[in-house]
Amino acid sequence: MADNKFAAYICSGCGLGDQLDIKTLEKIALKEGKMQVVKSHPFLCNAEGVQMINDDVEKEGVTHVCIAACSRRSKTEAFHFPTVAMSRANLREGVIWVVAAGEAHDEVRQEMADDYVRMGCAELKKMKLPAGNPDKAHSKRILVVGGGMSGLTAAFEAAEAGYETLVVEKQAQLGGWAANLWKRVPFKAPYTEPQDTGLADLAAKVGSHPLIKVHLNSTVAETAGAPGRFAVKIAQESGAVTEETVGAIVQATGFTGYDIAKLPELGGGQANVVDQAGLESMARAANGATIKRADGKDVKSVVFLQCAGQRDDSGKHLPYCSGHCCATSIKQAMYFKNANPDIDTVVVYQDLRVPGMGEDFYRSAQEKGVTFTKGKASGVESSGNGCKVSFRDLILDEETSINADLVVLATGQVPSAGVELDAWTEVTNAADGGSAEAKQQKIVMHKSSVLNLTYRQGPDLPQFKYGFADSHFICFPYETRRTGIYAAGPVRRPMDLLQATEDATGAALKAIQAVENASLGRAAHPRSGDLSYPLVRLEGCTQCKRCTVECPFGAIDEDEKRFPVFNEQRCRRCGTCMGACPVRVISFENYSVDTVGSQIKAVDMPDEFSERPRILILACENDAYPALDMAGLSRTVYSAFVRVIPVRCLGSVNTIWITDALNSGFDGVMMMGCKKGDDYQCHFVKGSELAHYRMSKIGDTLTQLGLEPERVVTQEVAITDNQRVVTLINDYVAQINELGMSPMKGFN
Amino acid sequence: MSNANVQAVARYQNDFLREVEERVEEGHMVKMCMQCGVCAGSCPFGPDWEHSPQKIFMMIRAGKRDEVLGSDSMFMCTSCYSCIVRCPRELPITHIMHGLANYAHRLGLAPKGQPTREFATLFWNNLVKKGRVNELTLTLGHYFTNGLVSGIKTALGMQRIGLGLFLAKRLNPMEIFGGHGVKDLKGFHAIVAKAKEIEDRKKGFTA
Amino acid sequence: MAKKEYAFYPGCSSQLKASASNYLVSTNAMCKSLDIKLTEIPDWNCCGASVGYCEGGELPRIAINARNFAQAETHLPGQDIVATCAACWLGARESKERLDGSAQLMKETNEALAAAGLHYSGGANVRHMVEVLIEDFGYDGLKQPMKKSLEGIKFAGYVGCQTNRPFGIDGESFENPLYLDKMVETFGGEALTTYDQKVTCCGGALAFSEPEKSQKQIRDIVESAYDHGAEMIVTPCPLCQANVEVYQSEINKKQGTKFNMPVLYYSQLMTIAYGGSAKEAGLNGQLIRAEKLEKIAGK
Repeated sequence: MADNKFAAYICSGCGLGDQLDIKTLEKIALKEGKMQVVKSHPFLCNAEGVQMINDDVEKEGVTHVCIAACSRRSKTEAFHFPTVAMSRANLREGVIWVVAAGEAHDEVRQEMADDYVRMGCAELKKMKLPAGNPDKAHSKRILVVGGGMSGLTAAFEAAEAGYETLVVEKQAQLGGWAANLWKRVPFKAPYTEPQDTGLADLAAKVGSHPLIKVHLNSTVAETAGAPGRFAVKIAQESGAVTEETVGAIVQATGFTGYDIAKLPELGGGQANVVDQAGLESMARAANGATIKRADGKDVKSVVFLQCAGQRDDSGKHLPYCSGHCCATSIKQAMYFKNANPDIDTVVVYQDLRVPGMGEDFYRSAQEKGVTFTKGKASGVESSGNGCKVSFRDLILDEETSINADLVVLATGQVPSAGVELDAWTEVTNAADGGSAEAKQQKIVMHKSSVLNLTYRQGPDLPQFKYGFADSHFICFPYETRRTGIYAAGPVRRPMDLLQATEDATGAALKAIQAVENASLGRAAHPRSGDLSYPLVRLEGCTQCKRCTVECPFGAIDEDEKRFPVFNEQRCRRCGTCMGACPVRVISFENYSVDTVGSQIKAVDMPDEFSERPRILILACENDAYPALDMAGLSRTVYSAFVRVIPVRCLGSVNTIWITDALNSGFDGVMMMGCKKGDDYQCHFVKGSELAHYRMSKIGDTLTQLGLEPERVVTQEVAITDNQRVVTLINDYVAQINELGMSPMKGFN
Repeated sequence: MSNANVQAVARYQNDFLREVEERVEEGHMVKMCMQCGVCAGSCPFGPDWEHSPQKIFMMIRAGKRDEVLGSDSMFMCTSCYSCIVRCPRELPITHIMHGLANYAHRLGLAPKGQPTREFATLFWNNLVKKGRVNELTLTLGHYFTNGLVSGIKTALGMQRIGLGLFLAKRLNPMEIFGGHGVKDLKGFHAIVAKAKEIEDRKKGFTA
Repeated sequence: MAKKEYAFYPGCSSQLKASASNYLVSTNAMCKSLDIKLTEIPDWNCCGASVGYCEGGELPRIAINARNFAQAETHLPGQDIVATCAACWLGARESKERLDGSAQLMKETNEALAAAGLHYSGGANVRHMVEVLIEDFGYDGLKQPMKKSLEGIKFAGYVGCQTNRPFGIDGESFENPLYLDKMVETFGGEALTTYDQKVTCCGGALAFSEPEKSQKQIRDIVESAYDHGAEMIVTPCPLCQANVEVYQSEINKKQGTKFNMPVLYYSQLMTIAYGGSAKEAGLNGQLIRAEKLEKIAGK
């Protein structure tokens, strides 16, 4: 391998040359940054500037390039040099656009630019061009677990895109929940009548597709491996097991209806009270004619009670809204009205929620004479040859009642998401501790598992809220914390058939992306295409297990000696393991404890009498760094005393960086990461939360060093906070000025 | 109970919604209300209604015939059309209120002595008499609806206004003896009578 | 030859010696300046107004409006029907739209009209005078005959209900129509665009039957005009004008306020701006004198 050759290119365009002394920057890159080649250019991102760099790479053997120009988020197409390692010094968005104009600020502005060039060079010195994961995984087959509307759609879409697909369905036939429906809520204009489900047609297409193989009466007995190389055991009811290798998995295991036996107060258990599924069976039996009750009587009056056992704040029933049930009741009311307009159909609702084009459907039902009454049901009693429904009329504010031949309870969706992992961990720990009862429990739990993953983190997808399978809270549906496994349909959140179909299509596309990335040795979402992957120096490892426990994606298993075993294809490259490692043996080729640490140390530290504090900002590259860039874009001025280093995720922040920063004389460290908690916005789900947790422990260290706890702060920043970041910075600088300069200055 | 009302009750039995749909102006739109309450919040006399349009619609659907037709709420409508333009379901609420008031008045169920009911009747009769409204007789007529004594009191109270309008040439005391009107009064009366006859036939009122 | 001709529907209140006679006087002067020829619909009748509902019923109301359409169609063929009164415009236009929308209603209406030997064949175009001004002339066109500026007077543009809802003027919003403000500005006056009672109901006909409730509305309308620094209120509606002007003294007496806010028609402003006299603008018909306007007229 040829020797490394480091080069820095400084742009003087976009006003950089007017506001900064480019000669000084060149000198710094050469002398302090120890770059072998240093060039400046008046318009570096134009064809000529880019050509200059390419020529140096091709003819002069340059292997490392530092671009001192605009933000790393700008001009990415021009500054695309895939054969060299590259760092970016942000002189435009990071300096000239955010430092106050005018001569009075010339000195601090130049100091800031000088430091960013120093940092860019220092980082570059520690970087390597990522070589890509040599352990590529090549299976591009897609496994779909569940043969209902979501699963069939996912399988069909994936196969139509040219990917071989396996469907595992535990029942004897395809169709799932949707197979029990008489009709579905319309999904095509004019949205006025119940429509055929289309399921038979879809099942037939799946059954006869040359790229799809269907396993009926089957479950997944074991899933091992990683994207591109999942080894799956498919067990038939008969006991026969087929082993298959697949590249990605779509889990579309749907839901079950909430058990009406749990709703005796609303008549659950009475003969003339059914749930929506029960009504579908009656409608199928009636086949378009008047619906008959179990006792054979024609239903002449029917009452639908919405939110039965849902949106419950007493803690007894489901706390959430299942989304589809209002439209479903409207559809079912139409079953009656279409058979005979004289049948009294009343829908008692609290808030009628009909997403999508449901409003048209609702209007259509009103036109057909379905009565909608805003009320809250208080009880259903058997009365005469039917039921008496008591409710509070919420408009007229009075207690009232209606009699009906039949009552339909709109109960909610309960996800079939498999084993809950916290409970699993608890049972596993107890079993490991020798509890026989726990061992037995573990076997039972295994039987209820959907995927039976062999991951150390447990056999199923993590569950998000209310038992629904994981999916990214705000930005990325289908993405779970198990790379290459995508949840689709009502297993991940309550939804109707149309949403499930769209969901399944999205998940199929995600699965395709995953198998393609895995086969190229690249990362999946959200660093899709990243060739770097975690490298570990096992000889330094103390088997502390922090990396395996903290990895949000279950990418790291443990071997018998409790050393970490990295499954690169499962890894999202967030660096949370790197941030967790107390002995700092985990790194990426282009992102490591050293690439950041060397930047921190490269900053020129004014002495304590200069009255120029230095504040380090570690900013998450997903939200906080773009917000800072946008502050620059809108020319919002913030303090020139800060030095910003982008990080992949706050989860990757190793506490050594904080210690290094404080030791080298920084007066304060501010971390900016995404929102944490149940409504998180962290791209890596848990990274931000872990960083907050780790930093909560750093206070003691600070006190021991004789430093005030305010010298290290963590902030939650959203991508839209482009003005707020400025306030955060300026307030913090003011706070640090109040505290005074760090006493650590001048010790190194 | 008026004859018309007895017939209506017999005809529709307990289906008040159907009665409204068939006999009240724009009544077929009542079922389309989605109970959002924007009408109630938009009405300038909102706080003065016992039942907002939203409630009236709910009461119709709940079959509360006597309460609806006996309510004075519809007579609180100033015809400002705020509810109409804001109703997300585009119900012609103003017209339905007018229609209900008209129907209640017609059946003799509307509250007796309700001032707007009295004034509105007076207004129509005034305009039908001459084909154009006579503002003076209308105003005087209105002030005397509650009887002579209170009428004199009200009229005296409003005297300054009348005097002001007179001085400003905007109220013609000679109108009391005739004043403006259409020339073809006979034809005008024939049209009104015929229209009423057709409407009665259409809505199933027996004369 | 007049530039533009319309079939004019003045309505009951705009007759001589009726409550909006000053509207009629100023409209005539304004139209003269704009070279508009208004021809009264022969033997027109009342529109029924909104409050006619109680005794009138649907078909009688529509039929009497159709009588006007039939007269216009026969005697003034091809001319748009133009009303100055908000209620007349609304009553007529509502009838027109219902007739356009239902062949059955059209048939029944003609059955009624036949009782007087009349027939309406459809297609009446019913417009408000303000629509004519804005759509057929435009703000720039309206400015052309202007001789005097209304500079120095602050106007609260009170649009009210029925020229605004449910049909609206020139596609403007129901919640904040701007045409009155734009007209005021066209003639050099200062429009108080933030005046927040712009589309509040004055109580309409219920000013007679429910005086207390209506006067509460009127008080808000006038008070807010004062709060926004208005010197005058301008309106396109005769009932608004009458209610808001006439009841100020009554409110003063009952509630101790000191309201004395002139309330004018846009046509009065325009007449003055076009160089007309105070008399031509009907300013002598004001209960509360518009002294600043009189002054401009006298210049």
